[in-house]
Amino acid sequence: MMASVPLEHGLILSGILFALGLTGVLIRKNIVFMLMSVEIMLNAAGLAFVTAGARWNQPDGQIMFMFILAMAAAEVSVGLALVVQLYHSFKTLNADAASIMKG
Amino acid sequence: MLNLLVLIPALPLAGFILLALRGRQFPAAANAWIGTGSIGLSALFSIMVAINFVGNPPEGNVFIQTLWTWMQFDGNPVTLSFSLDSLSLIMILVITMVGFLIHLYSTEFMRNEEGYSRFFAFMNLFVGSMLILVLAGDFLLLYIGWEGVGLCSYLLIGFWYRDKDNGKAARKAFIVTRIGDVGMLIGIFLLFLHFETFNIQSVMQAAPKTWQIGSSLAILAAFLFLLGAIGKSAQVPLQVWLPDAMAGPTPVSALIHAATMVTAGVYLIARLHVLFEIAPVIQTMIAIIGAVTLLIAACSAMVQRDIKRVLAYSTISQIGYMFLALGVGAWSAAIFHFMTHAFFKALLFLAAGVVILAQNHEHDMFNMGGLRSLLPLPFVVFVIGAASLSALPLVTAGFYSKDFILLSAWYSPSGSALLWVAGIIGAFLTSIYAFRMVFITFFGVSKIPISHRPGFFMITPLIILAFFSIFGGYIELPETHHFSSFLSPVFGIPGEQPINGEGVLEFGASLVSLSGIFLALLFYVLRPEYAGAFREVPFFASLGTFWFSGWKFDALYDRLLVRPFFLIVRKSKNDFIDAVYTGIAYLNRAIHNNLVRTQTGNLRWYAMGITVGAVVFLGILLVR
Amino acid sequence: MNTLFYISAVIAVFATVMVITRTKAVHALLYLIVSLLAVALIFFALGAPFVAMLEILIYAGAIMVLFVFVIMMLNLGSDSAKQESQWLDPATWRGPAILCAVLLIELMYLFLSHPVRSVIFSVVGPKQVGIALLGPYVIGVELASFLLLAGLVGAYHLGRPHKHEIKETS
Repeated sequence: MMASVPLEHGLILSGILFALGLTGVLIRKNIVFMLMSVEIMLNAAGLAFVTAGARWNQPDGQIMFMFILAMAAAEVSVGLALVVQLYHSFKTLNADAASIMKG
Repeated sequence: MLNLLVLIPALPLAGFILLALRGRQFPAAANAWIGTGSIGLSALFSIMVAINFVGNPPEGNVFIQTLWTWMQFDGNPVTLSFSLDSLSLIMILVITMVGFLIHLYSTEFMRNEEGYSRFFAFMNLFVGSMLILVLAGDFLLLYIGWEGVGLCSYLLIGFWYRDKDNGKAARKAFIVTRIGDVGMLIGIFLLFLHFETFNIQSVMQAAPKTWQIGSSLAILAAFLFLLGAIGKSAQVPLQVWLPDAMAGPTPVSALIHAATMVTAGVYLIARLHVLFEIAPVIQTMIAIIGAVTLLIAACSAMVQRDIKRVLAYSTISQIGYMFLALGVGAWSAAIFHFMTHAFFKALLFLAAGVVILAQNHEHDMFNMGGLRSLLPLPFVVFVIGAASLSALPLVTAGFYSKDFILLSAWYSPSGSALLWVAGIIGAFLTSIYAFRMVFITFFGVSKIPISHRPGFFMITPLIILAFFSIFGGYIELPETHHFSSFLSPVFGIPGEQPINGEGVLEFGASLVSLSGIFLALLFYVLRPEYAGAFREVPFFASLGTFWFSGWKFDALYDRLLVRPFFLIVRKSKNDFIDAVYTGIAYLNRAIHNNLVRTQTGNLRWYAMGITVGAVVFLGILLVR
Repeated sequence: MNTLFYISAVIAVFATVMVITRTKAVHALLYLIVSLLAVALIFFALGAPFVAMLEILIYAGAIMVLFVFVIMMLNLGSDSAKQESQWLDPATWRGPAILCAVLLIELMYLFLSHPVRSVIFSVVGPKQVGIALLGPYVIGVELASFLLLAGLVGAYHLGRPHKHEIKETS
């Protein structure tokens, strides 16, 4: 016996999670926390897809989620490697430190 | 044989191209050979053509050689054609022969100068352009030659370009003559508008039929061409460029500013004499301009210190005589005086060049002296030249030509006694300044030792020119009129002149010339203290300064034209139109400076930007 | 099942708020794992067991473990926690919080503009997902493999110790 939740509630949840993740990106200065917040946003997007796909009883939503998952994995690995490099170069994890491209 | 005509301008032009492209790689001797040789060949061909022309005159006394059709519109072809008649023949003979002698002289004069090949290239271009000018059968070709000689004048005056003053003198020459050139161009357009052809002969034939004597169009056209002539021939009010043009090398002054280019105006008026005959007002204007110029220039020549400036003012004055002759309708007299003037003025300039070189590039006559014994041959030829200039009676060519002009001024229907008086006073002043030059430079005590003795190539042209300065006048004695009969197919039969008063006038002219020589002798050799006494009197001293500056024409033009122009330039340098452009640049920079603040390099700032964008877009979508 | 959904939703939201407000990195990570697990439960409730498993295995299991490793490598100590609390002052998060609230309101408006209707979810099992994945979406699979290869190479290259340091120019 599966849930019979309205689709909109699932999307609202996804929206709330997305907004929270966005807030996290904007207010944290530490790069690692910003990456974590990005993960939250990706997860929220995936939730939206799955919810929509499940509403129509089709596997397409799940497939989209899988692609998002693959992308998130690749992004995290490269992003964390960059974070490590940043830490080596600037000796700090402050995102504002790497602003040589200003002006 | 007459078909050799095309080679006469073509050879110097070919010489120019060769020297311009490859001159620097040739040794100096090759440049001299090419430069002088092209003119020499031109002279040879001119003589051959002349012999053929005189012995076997072509039909209508005009030989036309059409090269090709340049352009065609409305069935009117504009052709590149050379037309040879008596007038052009005289011109090309003088130009090529005097040009050849001057080139020969320059091979030695310019030997140690930098830019040897450039000099000969420009000189060849000049001779080529001048020949095109006098041989042109079309107004367009004439204008090409006209512009060519103007260009070469600029290039050669500013030959020693490293000195900025030379550049200024060259620019002054070009700009002042340009004023005249514009007039001439408008005149050409006017003639084309009315006669729909550029061919000079056709226009000259059609003009008297279409335009009445004294019609305003004829006067306008004649006036415009007069403007061109005044500019090129350095007459009042456009005479200010010639004294400063002496900044160029002496052979340049001899060729361009004595013998040929400055006479282009005279040639123009002579060639278009039909047009001037139907505009008598303009003809009178020519005579008056000639008279005024010859007096002004002669006064200025009397007080100059630089030997070349004396000769420059003398040139202006002598061309004034030619204009006087043209103004009274004595066309042959003007051309005759042109010919003799070419001889003795070139002679004087070249001899002055010898003196300048010998005195270590010193130009001021008062710093020279005693050269009579040190440079005997230059002294003799210089005296011959000065005598011809002063129209020493009976033995010099200058006497016959000037006499012809003065007689015409008295007797011609459009002449007047006033013009004759002006001519006589001018002759008096001429002999004063000419022999003043001789006495200051060659008599007295030598101040500077001789630094360069002239060699064969400098002496020979002097001798040849001296010969012509003496014997060149015999072809136009008042009784025989060989010269003017030769020119009669062009100008018409010379009018009969009453013989009775002639002798008196000739005697008067001779007296005037001799007394001028005597006065110069008195003031500069026998009693130099008189000259000092003159200078003490304040009136004469200020008069002398006034004449020295060329009657303050330069100052007048500076006040009247140059300063207002620069004022306008300064004011319009940053006017409101410029403000538009600088404003655009300023606006650009201001926007940039403000927008660059959004590039903080801060990662969170950019993320915020994305968020704001998303919010705004969603908002717009929702509101709709 | 509905209550499962709502409870998991509340837990997820709460855990996410905790993630973005913690000063210690490890704490935030653990809260993030909790959030992910809650979302996995939601997936179960919606009839998508396959992706629920994937979420737990890969997202919470691999990606978060990667984060933990990196944080351990960076050795962020207590002074970094102090620094984080310094960085997290109200002046910093007021603006972005308002902005995101606005975004949230807009999204809510979008979602609630249609009449709300309940639908009974049925289970979409791995078999169906597999058939769809290797049927119409096979190109996506290939592209995802490109992506992962690129990520692999990039991470390997960037992770190497570099000889020169970037000089900071002002």
